[in-house]
Amino acid sequence: MSSPILASLLQQHEPEVLANWVAAQRAAGIRADLIDEQTVQANSQELLRGFAAALAQGSDSLEAPQWKPVKMLLDRLSQVQSRQGFSPSETATFVFSLKEPLFTLLQKHAENPLEHIWTTTQLIDKLGLYSMESYMTGRETVIREQQESMLELSTPVVELWRGVLAIPLIGSLDSNRTQIVMEALLQKIVETESDIAIIDITGVPTVDTMVAQHLLKTVTAAKLMGAKCIISGIRPQIAATIVHLGVELGDVVTKSSLADAFRLALRELDVRLVANTNTIR
Amino acid sequence: MTTTQTFPLKQETDIVVVRQQVRKAAEQARLGLVSQTKIVTAASEIARNALIYGGGGECRIEQQMRDGRTAVCLIISDQGPGIEDLDKAMVDGYTSGNGLGLGLSGARRLVDDFVIRSEPGNGTVVELWKWR
Repeated sequence: MSSPILASLLQQHEPEVLANWVAAQRAAGIRADLIDEQTVQANSQELLRGFAAALAQGSDSLEAPQWKPVKMLLDRLSQVQSRQGFSPSETATFVFSLKEPLFTLLQKHAENPLEHIWTTTQLIDKLGLYSMESYMTGRETVIREQQESMLELSTPVVELWRGVLAIPLIGSLDSNRTQIVMEALLQKIVETESDIAIIDITGVPTVDTMVAQHLLKTVTAAKLMGAKCIISGIRPQIAATIVHLGVELGDVVTKSSLADAFRLALRELDVRLVANTNTIR
Repeated sequence: MTTTQTFPLKQETDIVVVRQQVRKAAEQARLGLVSQTKIVTAASEIARNALIYGGGGECRIEQQMRDGRTAVCLIISDQGPGIEDLDKAMVDGYTSGNGLGLGLSGARRLVDDFVIRSEPGNGTVVELWKWR
């Protein structure tokens, strides 16, 4: 086990190793547009100290408690880098470039360098892989956040007229989204005391049985709240598909366009739009 | 001109990917707009079945020739518990879950050729064909 020797060597030669490591990173290419040299220097120093401290307590297994600070540091750095737009290899290079200065150090000062180099390379590989995993976790968090913000963005309920709501659905409807759509619509029905809700599916590319089922449930729920639903925006190909699927829309009122549905809604509310005779002569 | 692509079906977002890829393949095979929508919808049904009832699987999309016409062939498979009574499963309105019970039977009506193989304990394979 190389840990104690490497640890003591690191303590004696820290400035030298650090300088070599930063030089190695510079040689590999530092993203000057994303990170400045001081930060690189500070990050490297922090990691190197943590690394030496963990080694001094003598364990090569990353699962051991003494490696926890190093892992937390790598977590933080990698996740920050994944958000800032570093590539995976740039993130991995940070850890892997530590090999060269460490090997040089062992070669110079250790008695049996080859053996120590082998254990050290295994250790650095583990740390590199760990930083990659953190990087991916960071990426996944970003994706999840984006998905969530898209869910909120994509379900606007708008009031077209006093008592007439419209909800234009765009994109694919999965269970999560329809849940949000349904809740938003029902909430708005209460808030605005609306009698009619138009669900427009012009922007929904595929209506399969699950989407149909969700739509029917939404219509039923709205009906229970005393509002009438009109489904609009059923394109010819969607109509043909629904027929072949065998989905029964029951007594749900459907219209081919949002304008048609709106006209119907106004008629139901007994509202007539009259052109202004002063402007049209 | 046979091209084959395979996509995993492990989570709900994979169904969206499959739908998009099937639509692309259907466009390349120069299917009409209604046919495109039908095969995409059928793919969506069967892919969802593979995910929900089969615990995940994969979808193979092939461009083929069938009787001299360009065709899209989808092979959707899972390693789930399989379907015990195929005849019953193909009946409109029958469901072992809480859907409408129209997925399998509806998908069969949407495509030009429909082949299903399933054995209890050995998963399910569904072949969907749509041609010009």
